[in-house]
Order: sequence, then C-alpha cells, then structure tokens
Amino acid sequence: MTVNSLPVRADLPVRADAGIPRRRRGRRLLRPGAGRQHHAGPLAYVLLAVMAIVSVFPLYWTMVAASTDNTRVSQTPPPFLPGPNLFRNLARAWDEAAMGKAMLNSLIVAGVIALSTVLFATLAGFAFAKLRFRGRNALLMLVIGTMMVPPQLGVVPLFIMMSDLGLTQELPAVIFPTLVSAVGVFFMRQYLSEALPDELVEAARVDGAHSLRIFWSVVLPVARPAMAVLFMITFVHAWNDFFWPFVVLDMTNPTVPVALTQLSAGYVRDQSLIMAGALLGTLPLLAMFVVFGRQIVSGIMAGAVKG
Amino acid sequence: MVTSTTNALAGEERAGPSPATGGGPVRRRGALLHRLDLKGAPYAFVAPFFVVFAAFSFYPLVYTAWISLNRVELATLDVMEWVAWDNYVALVNDSRFWNALQNTFTIGVISTVPQLLMALGLAHLLNYRMRASLFFRVASLVPYATSVGAAALVFTMLYERDFGMINWMLGAVGVGPLDWEAGRWSAQTAISTIVIWRWTGYNALLYLAAMQAIPAERYEAASLDGASRWKQFTQVTVPGIRSTIVFTIVLSTIGATQLFGEPLIFGQGPNGVTGGADNQYQTLGLLLYEEGWKNYQMGRAATVAWAMFLLLVVVFAAQRLLRRLRPRTS
Repeated sequence: MTVNSLPVRADLPVRADAGIPRRRRGRRLLRPGAGRQHHAGPLAYVLLAVMAIVSVFPLYWTMVAASTDNTRVSQTPPPFLPGPNLFRNLARAWDEAAMGKAMLNSLIVAGVIALSTVLFATLAGFAFAKLRFRGRNALLMLVIGTMMVPPQLGVVPLFIMMSDLGLTQELPAVIFPTLVSAVGVFFMRQYLSEALPDELVEAARVDGAHSLRIFWSVVLPVARPAMAVLFMITFVHAWNDFFWPFVVLDMTNPTVPVALTQLSAGYVRDQSLIMAGALLGTLPLLAMFVVFGRQIVSGIMAGAVKG
Repeated sequence: MVTSTTNALAGEERAGPSPATGGGPVRRRGALLHRLDLKGAPYAFVAPFFVVFAAFSFYPLVYTAWISLNRVELATLDVMEWVAWDNYVALVNDSRFWNALQNTFTIGVISTVPQLLMALGLAHLLNYRMRASLFFRVASLVPYATSVGAAALVFTMLYERDFGMINWMLGAVGVGPLDWEAGRWSAQTAISTIVIWRWTGYNALLYLAAMQAIPAERYEAASLDGASRWKQFTQVTVPGIRSTIVFTIVLSTIGATQLFGEPLIFGQGPNGVTGGADNQYQTLGLLLYEEGWKNYQMGRAATVAWAMFLLLVVVFAAQRLLRRLRPRTS
C-alpha cells in the first residue's frame, strides 16, 4: 500500500488567493484541539490499552521468536518470553540472510529519496504558496491529480526503461522514480501558506534578494520543522516500499523488504532466523519512532484534512 | 554591480538585485534580470517535480497502454510484436483474471471497512483528555512503522497451521486447527488482518486531527439540545470529519487495488505469486507480477496494469455518481 503516503488537506480550496493567509499563524505543526474536551473514563483507558497491546504485540513476539531457536518456536504453546539467542540470531540474519547489505542499501535508498523529496517539495511548495505565476492553479491541480495515479501501474515500461539503462538490480533504479512526491509538494505548500508571512518574502525582495536567495535565507528557516517531518515520513515510506524494489532488484543487491521475502521463501524454514531478519529490518524505524514520535505524530496530524 | 553580471551568466534563476540600486544601463539590466527572476523562478522551482513525474510516472503509464497492445517477452524486451487487442481478449477470457479481480475486491472490502470503522472509534478514544495521550498515539502508529515484509512475516507465523499462536488460542476455546492458507475465506481474512493492523492507527490519527478542528460550540449546542454522547458522535463528530473520511476511503481504495506484498509473503515463496495453490488469494497485483516476471509475458502484464487503472477509474466514477444521487442532508 505504497500510495497511502503522507496525508494532505484534500478539502482546502485551491484558489488564486489561497496562498495568502488571512491572518498569521504560528509555526507549530500541532494546534491544540478545539473539539471535545471530555476526560477519559476507565473504559477508554482499557480500550486504549488493548489497542496498544494489539499494536505492539506482533513486534514483541517477533523479538521473542528471534531470541529462541527454531525448535522452540515450532512448539505449542508458543513461547511468550524471550529466549537466550537474540544476538546470535541477529548476527546470523545479518550475515547469512544478507540483511547487513540490505540494511545498508535501504539506508542509502531511503536517505537519498527523503533528502531529494524534501528539497524539491520545499522548492515547489514555496512557489505554489508564495510566488505568483501564470498557470499556478492549473499546475497545482495537476500535482494533486498525480496523487491518484498509483505508481505500480507503470512498472512494465519502467522495468524496460531501467533495463535499457542497464540499471536493473542497481539502487538508482529504485531511487529515480521516487525522487519527488506529489503529497510532499502539497504538504509543504499547505505548511508554507500558513507559516511564511508574505511580508517576509516582500521585505527580502525590496532588499534586492533574488528568488533562490529568498528560498535559502527566508523560506528554509521557516520551513525547517515541516521539512524534518516530511523527511522522516518519506524515509519510512521509502524504507518500507515493496513492489517496485521487489521487481527490479534481486538477492544480490536487495533492500530490506526484498531480503525479507527471500528469507521466508527458503526451502529450509528457520523461523527464528526469519524473525530475526524481520526485527532487524524494523529496528531503525522503531528507533526513529521512539526518539521522534511526537514530531511524526504531529506531522501526520498537521497534514490531515481538517473538515 | 558586479554581482549583476555574474548573475546574468548564472541564468534566470539567480537574477540580479533589485533595480532600486545602481543606475544607467546596468540598472536596466538589473530590472530585466529582476523581471526574469520574478517570471522564471517559480517555473524553475516547480520543474523538478514535473520532470521526474513525467519521466517516471506519466510516460510509463501511457507507454503501458502501448505495450499492452504488443507481445513483449521478458528475455527480449526490445522485440515488440503488434498484436492489437489480443492481450485484452485473452485477459477477458482468462478465468484467473476474474478470480484475481474478485479476490482484490473481497480483500479490499474486508480490509478497508473494518479498518476505517475501527480507526474512527480509536480516534474518538484518542480525542479524550487523558494521561499518556502521546504514548497512545505513538503506540497506534507502531504498525505503520513496520514494513509490509516484516508485518506479513510475523502474521504468517501467527497464522501457522501447526504451531501458530492463533490456532493455539482457537484450540483453547475448542475450535479445531484451521489451515488458514488453504481456504479462500480464511486466507483472505488473514491477509486483511495484516492490512488492518498496519493502517488503522494511521487513519485514526487523520480522523483525530480532523476531530480536533471541530468547533467546541457545535458540541455545546448539541448537548443543550439534549443530544446523548452517541448522538453527538453521529451528528456532530462524523459529519464534522466528513471530508477526511472521504479522503481515507479514496486512499484505502487505491491501496486495496494495488495489494501485493501481504499476499505474496503470506503464501511463503513459490505459492505466493500465484496466490495459493488454487489462486484463492491471488490479487491483481500478484497476477501482474506472475504474467510479467514468472511467465515472461510483459505485454500481458501491461494489460493487467491497465485493467487495474480502469478498475480505479470505474470505482471513483461510481463513487461520484453515488454522491450525486444521494442528496446531502447536512
């Protein structure tokens, strides 16, 4: 489900004056709720605790299975507590299952894609939010329209194209098609429309700054919080992207999700090795969520539709 | 005004300083550059997006239509033999296509409907004032951070016939071990739970954001009218986040038509691409892959891709039609 990417405010009217905020808003991504302010009762806490357990349990169990061995995993009742073999299995997954190489590849792919998406989305978002040019609204509608086209539909020609370029099984084949994101452009436009005061741009113009200079010294500092959020969310999506990397890469040079499929397709199924691989492939993102959870949550919510 | 000259060399994007400074011919050039900058820079800023989109999304989509009218084999990608509508005729006469279409539809429904309903409930809970609200929000997003690969691997193991935890728990209440992968409905249900698990929390956060933007006065007015909590939920909250709900339905529908990784991994290896021994959970995405990269028929694969695209168009046309037929009351 790769299309289910960054949320956007789909309901916002796209008009000629849409880029001009009627009043200045703060830079915060998350505004305090104006909606319901009821206090949660015990039942709400119980339900939320159940939700949290359901959300986390599969990952917990991944860790449990990865820390035992194949015979223990295949017994009933299944193990609920971690065993002693976690690091041994992780090391095996790293070496035998090519997870080490896959992690490095995914880091490169997701890092480059996230950087380039953030840069180009901020550039285009700034232009759509604050600059006047002929065809602006039509082009913006085009950007929104492109969100409706799932990238998966073009895989056959894309594969032919990459094979002509000699790029099959190479990382650039995965990177090129996702260097930009329509949702990212729209996200940055929405953010800059509100967060960047027109006066700031005008003042810079009067001072003689050209557009690129304004982008560098005025837009970037204002856009930084949104850029950080966009970076992380794009990184998550690029790290987890499956279909196209699966088509164009193979086991000699896989990303994490591609390596994981091979892990499970082996003739001898070593369950704890598979789970160790799955755990390894998820750890970097989990670490990011633990450290930047607040920012990611507020970023997703800031981009959401405010009906 | 040396900078002005260097800027001119660097092209329109970096046009010169404002015409307020300087004078004479230099000033005219400055004004020209300034105008160029004003006119040109916006296009330069949006260009990267459109160039990449045109090259790697739009062109492939159009080219897919062309390829679908040809016979192209994976081993000889340069050789295209014009076959006109043959691939489409073959597709329509292929029972696997109708099977995949049906599976895509049923998995789409049983994964999307519960997912969005649960997300609505979860968002409602998250909207309460409470302790540890950040913890619950991050916890609900943990599945979203898990890749299709890892999530599908864990769930495949939980659904294992002989030692899976789900059969073990069912056994505890006296339900015999189910061979989840073998049955049509059981396999599709299992695959749907992976999708539901991954996306419910994410959708809940979208709903939560929309709920928080509903003005408090609406709730006050409703409670003055004596509306119960449930009435407030159905008559204030749900209409208040209507556009977000439509938005998530659109995104989930697109996602559902493209479903690929979950069934592939659920099938564990060779069984995955065909969606089980009897194609009982083969989706259109899997069929596309099977035609192109297992049967080496790229033309056929392109035909499936266009069928998926048409399916999306039909679904959204139907949705628009439904919306127009049903007059809005609110």
